[in-house]
Amino acid sequence: MKDDIQTREDRVSNLKGLGSSRKRVEDARFTQGKGNYVDDIKMPGMLHGDFVRSPHAHARVKSINIEQAMALDGVVAVLTAKDLEPLNLHWMPTLAGDKQMVLADGKVLFQGQEVAFVVARDRYVAADAVELVEVEYEELPVLVNPFAALESEVVLREDLEAGADGAHGPRKHHNHIFLWEEGDKVATEQVLDNAEVVAEETVYYHRTHPCPLETCGTVASMDKVNGKLTLYGTFQAPHVVRTVASILSGIEEHNIRVVSPDIGGGFGNKVGVYPGYVCAIVASIVTGAPVKWVEDRMENLMATAFARDYWMKGRISATREGKITGLHCHVTADHGAFDACADPTKYPAGFFHICTGSYDIPVAYVGVDGVYTNKAPGGVAYRCSFRVTEAAYFIERMIEVLAIELDMDAAELRRINFIKKEQFPYQSALGWEYDSGNYHTAWDKALEAVQYNHLRKEQAERVEAFKKGETRKLLGIGLTFFTEIVGAGPVKNCDILGMGMFDSCEIRIHPTGSAIARLGTISQGQGHATTFAQILATEIGLPADSITVEEGDTDTAPYGLGTYGSRSTPVAGAATALAGRKIRAKAQMIAAYLLEVHDDDVEFDVDRFVVKGAPERFKTMKEIAFAAYNQAIPGVEPGLEAVSYYDPPNMTYPFGAYICVMEIDVDTGTTEIRQFYALDDCGTRINPMVIEGQVHGGLTEAFAIAMGQEIAYDELGNCKTGTLMDFFIPTSWETPHYTTDHTETPSPHHPIGAKGVGESPNVGGVPAFSNAVHDAFRPFGLRHANMPHDHWRVWKIANDLGLHV
Amino acid sequence: MPDKMHIQLTVNGRNEEFLAEPRELLIHTLRERMNITGPHVGCETSHCGACTVIVNDKAIKACTMFVAQANGSEITTIEGLGNPDSLHVLQESFREHHGLQCGYCTPGMITRATKLLEETPNPTEEEVRFGMAGNLCRCTGYQNIVKSILAAAAQMNAAQEAAE
Amino acid sequence: MVPASFEYYRPTDVSSVIALITQHGDDARVMAGGHSLIPMMKLRMAEIPHLIDLQDVAGLTGITIDGFTVRIGAMTTQTELIDHPGLRQTAPILREAALQIADPQVRCMGTIGGNVANGDPGNDMPGLMQCLNAQFTLIGPDGERTVAARDYYEAAYFTARSEEEVLTSIHFSARGGGYCYEKQKRKIGDYATAACAVTLYKEEGLCAGASIAMTNLSDVPVWSKAAGLALDGTSVDANAVKSAVEAAVADIDPSEDNRGPVDFKVYVAGVIIKRAIESAWSRA
Repeated sequence: MKDDIQTREDRVSNLKGLGSSRKRVEDARFTQGKGNYVDDIKMPGMLHGDFVRSPHAHARVKSINIEQAMALDGVVAVLTAKDLEPLNLHWMPTLAGDKQMVLADGKVLFQGQEVAFVVARDRYVAADAVELVEVEYEELPVLVNPFAALESEVVLREDLEAGADGAHGPRKHHNHIFLWEEGDKVATEQVLDNAEVVAEETVYYHRTHPCPLETCGTVASMDKVNGKLTLYGTFQAPHVVRTVASILSGIEEHNIRVVSPDIGGGFGNKVGVYPGYVCAIVASIVTGAPVKWVEDRMENLMATAFARDYWMKGRISATREGKITGLHCHVTADHGAFDACADPTKYPAGFFHICTGSYDIPVAYVGVDGVYTNKAPGGVAYRCSFRVTEAAYFIERMIEVLAIELDMDAAELRRINFIKKEQFPYQSALGWEYDSGNYHTAWDKALEAVQYNHLRKEQAERVEAFKKGETRKLLGIGLTFFTEIVGAGPVKNCDILGMGMFDSCEIRIHPTGSAIARLGTISQGQGHATTFAQILATEIGLPADSITVEEGDTDTAPYGLGTYGSRSTPVAGAATALAGRKIRAKAQMIAAYLLEVHDDDVEFDVDRFVVKGAPERFKTMKEIAFAAYNQAIPGVEPGLEAVSYYDPPNMTYPFGAYICVMEIDVDTGTTEIRQFYALDDCGTRINPMVIEGQVHGGLTEAFAIAMGQEIAYDELGNCKTGTLMDFFIPTSWETPHYTTDHTETPSPHHPIGAKGVGESPNVGGVPAFSNAVHDAFRPFGLRHANMPHDHWRVWKIANDLGLHV
Repeated sequence: MPDKMHIQLTVNGRNEEFLAEPRELLIHTLRERMNITGPHVGCETSHCGACTVIVNDKAIKACTMFVAQANGSEITTIEGLGNPDSLHVLQESFREHHGLQCGYCTPGMITRATKLLEETPNPTEEEVRFGMAGNLCRCTGYQNIVKSILAAAAQMNAAQEAAE
Repeated sequence: MVPASFEYYRPTDVSSVIALITQHGDDARVMAGGHSLIPMMKLRMAEIPHLIDLQDVAGLTGITIDGFTVRIGAMTTQTELIDHPGLRQTAPILREAALQIADPQVRCMGTIGGNVANGDPGNDMPGLMQCLNAQFTLIGPDGERTVAARDYYEAAYFTARSEEEVLTSIHFSARGGGYCYEKQKRKIGDYATAACAVTLYKEEGLCAGASIAMTNLSDVPVWSKAAGLALDGTSVDANAVKSAVEAAVADIDPSEDNRGPVDFKVYVAGVIIKRAIESAWSRA
C-alpha cells in the first residue's frame, strides 16, 4: 500500500490537525473579493428599508406625518409603531428580560432611536423619503449621567409600572433597573474595616462600541406561497434569532430559516436583535417582497449595542506585607434607555464577579446597580466574555492602586497574591471554580522576556532626568495578569432567553473519505472552517483539507447558541471532538470487522486502525469510510455520521501576562508604545497561526479602547462620536507591533484541553495599556485617571500633577 | 428629479454603458449595478478604505465618488487583480501570512497595496504602515497585513530580478 | 448614507463654470476632489441642487516653478504636490504638510484648491498658504482678481471669495530657508489638534525674517505677524523662541471639541509652535 512508505510523522502532518499552523480555507474567497456578506445579497424585487431616527435624546413624539414620504415615487410603505401595534411588534423583548421599542411608541429615549421605517424601491429613494417624514417632538429633560438619573424625578421608562419588580428583582427608583449581588457583603466589610491597609478607588470603564467594519443588516424574505420566512443577516447567534423570530412573529419555527452569511467582524455587536431586523421582517410580510435593511456607520455607532459604561467603586484590603485579604466592589452600570445587555439570563452583570482576577482573595463582595439613562441601549461583550473586560480592568487597576498604597512593586504584589498551581481547581470567593492555571510560571517568563528589572532601572533614570529637565518624556511599564472566564456555559446556570448554552456539531463522513461538519456557531473572522476541521482531523484521522466545515444556516446546522464570549472552541470545539469520537468508535467496529479481529484488538493510530501488536495490519480511515457505505457489516448500521450536543461541565479560564512599555510626551499628551509583550495561555493550541492573529487583533482593539475610543455624549444626549473621524479606530500607523508568547496549561475538563483565546487580548490588553500610562506618572503621585487615555486626558494628568511649569 | 446620465465605464476590462442618476455613488454602481461585490462599504465617510478601487490608475475610495465623476474612466477592483488560476502575488501573500480574518477589509487592503508596491517597490515596514493608513482593519491588528505586503514585495522583486 | 439628487455638470472651461454659477446662484457649488463636500452631501448636511465638477476644466492643473515663483493650479492633488520633484526642491514644506493630510487614497483626490477655497478651519493648506504669503487667483463674472491668503479667511466657511467666483490657482514666492510643518493629530485621517507652519531665513547666524501660521486653532487659519517679528534679528535662542511662541499663542482662539478643551489646545499649540520654529531653524 502506497502510504506504507510514509512515516508516522508524515501521516500526522498530512492531517494538518491540532497544533498545525494550517493556512485558512476561508482566505481564497476573501482575497478574491468573493466573500458573501449580507449586503452582497440581492433578491428579485428586493426593497430597501431605512429609518427615520430621533434627533433628540428624550422627547415625546406628538405626531408623525408620512404623507409626503408616501407620495414620493418608489416608496412602498412607511411603518410606524401604530402599524406594528396590531401585530404586537411595536415593542420587543430584550436579551436581558426588559423590553425595547421597535419603533417610537409615544416617546423617544435616546438620540438615534428608530421612529419610522421607510420601505422603498432602492436605498436612494428610501433615504429621500426619510427626509420627508415629518415628526413633531416635544423635548423632555435629558438624563445622561447614571448617578443623576437615580436622583432625578424625571421618569424615563413610563411603560414600566411604578414600584413593580423588574426582571432581576426590586427596583429602588423609577430609573433603576436592578441590584445584583454576589459574595459575602458582611464578611467583606468586616475584613475591610479591620484591615491593615485599604486602597479605595473609583474606576470608570467608559462607554465604547464594538464597531465591526461591516455594520449590522438583514434581508428578510417572506414567501407567502409556502409560508416560509428566510432571514439573512449579521447574526452571531442564528439559531437564537430563529427562535426569537418565531416567538415574536408567531410563524412556526420550522417555517423560518435564518442564515448568517460571511460576517465582517462581530465583536459582540451582532449578538442582539435590533429593530431593523424586526422591521425588515414585518415589511417583507406587508409588502410580499424581500426587504433589505443595512445600517450606515452613524446608525451603527449611535443606535446599536454599545459596550462597558461601568462605574466601579472598589475597596481592596491587604496586610502590610501585601497579602490581599478582601475585595469590595460596587458598580453603577449605565445601561441606556432599555436594558438590552447580552448576558446569560441569570447574570444581569454578566460574569463581572470574575473580578477577583488571578488572585487568591479570601473574601469578596460585588453589587451592581443597573440604571436607565437617555443613551443607546446595549451593554454587549465587546470582544470579551460577558463583562469580563470590566472585571479584569477593575482588579488590575485596584492591584496597582494597592501597590501604591503599600509602596510596593506591582509585579511583586501580583506574585505574592497569585492563586498557586496546586490550588487548582480553585474556588473563588465569588463562586467560580477556576479549572487550571500556572500563573507564577507565566509571570516569571513574561518578566524575564521584557527584562523587567532593567526596565525599572531605566524608568528610574528617566524620572531623574525628567526632574533635572533633561527630558520631557516619561516611561511607563504597564503590567497585567488576567484570568478570563469563557465558554458559556453549563446549561444548569447559563441560558439566553431560556435556551441552554450548549453547542453542537454534526458530522457526515462521505464514502470516499472526506467529510462535512456542521456546527451551531458562526465565524466572524475567527476561521472556524479552518480550525474546527483541524480538531476533527486529529480525532477522526482524515485530513483537515478533506473536511468542509459549515455554519450559520439553521436549516442545516444543528442547534447552537452561536459565537461570542470566546465560547466556540470551549463549547462547539468540544462538541466537534466528541462527535468525532463517536465516528471513531463506529469506525473501530468497522475496522475490526474488515481486519477480522475483535473490536478491542484494534487501536487508533493517526489516520487508521491497526491491529494491536501487528502494525502492518491496518485499515485507513479512508478505507473504513468506504466500507461504511458499501459493505453489510453485521450489527452495524450503514453510513458514518455522528452528532454531539455538548453541555460544558464548567467554564474555561484562559489567562495571560501582558507587559506594555510606553513613552509619554508630557507636553503634548502623545504616547508611543515602544514594546508590547503578550503571553497567552489558552490551553491546548489548535492553530498557532490563528491564535497569534487573534491576539494581534484583540490587542489592537484594546489599544483603541484604552487610548482613545469612546462613545461620548454631550449634556443634551447628543452623541459626539458618530463617525470614524471621531470614533477612534487606529490605522496601521498608530498601531504598535506586538511580540507574542505562550505557555500551555490544558483545561482538565475540555475534551482536547482547549480554552479559547479570541478575547483574552482585549481583556488583558486594556489594563496593560492603561497601567502603562498610570505607571509613567506614578513617581509623580498619580493614583488613578480614567480612560480613554487620549492626548488631552494624558496631558491633563500631567497638568494636574504640576508637570507643566 | 434630475435626468439620468449616460455613463460609460471600463470595469475590469469590460465596457459598461448605462443610465444612472449622477448622485449614484461609484461603490453602489459596482456593487449593485454590476454585482462586483468585492469592494465593501465600511464607514461611508472615506476613513476606512474598504471600498478602495483603482480609478484611472489611482487607488481611491469609491464611497466618496459619484458615478458621474467617474464617467469615462477605467476601473479595476479586486476582481480584476487576479483570478483563481493566476492570483496576484498579494492575494497569495495575504493567505500565506494570515493577513486577514473576517475578510471585509481585505479587497480594499489588497487593492491599495498593489498601488503602494508600484509607488514603493521595496518598502520598509514603516513605509508600509504609512502607505496603508487609509485602510482600517478591525481584526488583524495590521501586523500580519504588513508582513504579507513586505513578503509580496520581496517576492515581486525577486521575480523581477530573475527576469532581468 | 446617500446624498440628495442633483444636476451634474462637467464643464471644460472656466467661463462655462462661471456661467453655470451665475445661472444657478446659491443652488450651485463647484467641486474639486469632493472629499470635503461629498461626505457632507451624504450626511445631508449640504444640499447642492447643481453640482459643477471641475475635473475637466482646462488650465486648473499643473505646477510651474519660475525662478522663485511657484504657481500651482487649483486642481493639483495632494499626491501631485508630494510627488513633484521641482516642488520638493523649491518649497519642500508643501510636501511635508501634504503628507500629513488625510491618507493615501484621499490625497489622490483631494486638491490644494479644494483645501484652501472653502474656509474649513480643519484644513491644513490655508495656514501654510498664509505662512508662505500665497496669493489666490479668483475668477468671477467680473474677471480675475488676486487675494492674499492672509486676507482671504473671514470666519469658518466664510471667505473673501464671492459665490460667483472660482479659485483657479495659487502662487507664492519660495526663497529657500528653513521650514517646518508640525502637526499633532489623534490619528492619520484626523484634522489637527494643533498645527503650525514656519518658514524663516538665516543670515550670519541671525534670523532674517520669519513667518508663522497655525491651523485649526481658531475658526480661521492664523498668521501671527508678531510671532515672526519676535524671531527677526535674533539668534533664535530660547528667549526669542519663547517670545515668538507667546506672540503666536496670543493670536489664537481655539474652541473645545473631541480633541480636547481650550486650555489643552492653547498649551499644545505653544509646544507645537516651538517645535516647528526649532525644526525650521535647524534646517535654515
